[in-house]
Amino acid sequence: MAKKTAYYGIFAALAILMGYVEAVIPMPVPIPGIKIGLSNIVVVLCMYIMGTKEAFYISIVRVIISALLFRGFVGLWYSLAGAFVSYGAMLAVHRLKDASIIGVSVTGGVFHNIGQIVVACIILGRNVVLYLIPVLIVSGVAAGFAIGLVSKYCLSYIQKKRE
Amino acid sequence: MKKLDFIIIAVLLIAAGGLYFSGLLRPGSEGAYGVVYVDGKEVQRYDLSQNTEDTITGANGTNVIKVQDGKISVVSADCRDQICVNHLPINRENESIVCLPHKVVIEIENGEDNSIDAVVQ
Repeated sequence: MAKKTAYYGIFAALAILMGYVEAVIPMPVPIPGIKIGLSNIVVVLCMYIMGTKEAFYISIVRVIISALLFRGFVGLWYSLAGAFVSYGAMLAVHRLKDASIIGVSVTGGVFHNIGQIVVACIILGRNVVLYLIPVLIVSGVAAGFAIGLVSKYCLSYIQKKRE
Repeated sequence: MKKLDFIIIAVLLIAAGGLYFSGLLRPGSEGAYGVVYVDGKEVQRYDLSQNTEDTITGANGTNVIKVQDGKISVVSADCRDQICVNHLPINRENESIVCLPHKVVIEIENGEDNSIDAVVQ
């Protein structure tokens, strides 16, 4: 139990830190919503190391604490929607035997963007940001693939250390 | 990487391409008006052929809007993320500039649609 609590703390802290690092890096494109999703490394790793339920808790804790620390509550619903939709999609792929951590990460990247667009349309009361969907799917695949590769190498390293 | 990873990536990219080439979600022809919405309601309509600068009061702050050379853009805003300010000027249908914290949306419309909207409302 104590060990598990320590893991929760480490993963949550890492996820929040990754979110901060990402907020500091300026994205060189004028399209809102394109980002790397560094903190998803932690969520994906947590899914494989601790379990799916634990990854869900980490993901929610990260969004709430990041909103409190850096972004303020205007963006909270928006971030929560991204986290929920992304987690749901990743969970579905995680259950499939023929998919690896890269498939999980790509799905998470794309569905994070889609969840945010849907909430943005609801908040704004107009379906305007839908035109961003094709661009954000492609950027989600690219970012998710990069994050998946990093996660894959981290995972094999951590598993070796634990044996 | 396993087989399903490739399938997932392929399906997502095909979906993106399909949505783009369907034309539904792609910037259309040049429009005549820049229309500003706050919280889903139209508050201001600018003729893109006339250069102007104006301040819009959104839900939690203000955005300064500029019309120049047939395009509309946001030059400054007192929001935190500045996404609307960084957005390039727009002049085509289906394009939009969004300021999520202020619930401000700028869309491009063509003159002809107005009468239909007016009748429906």
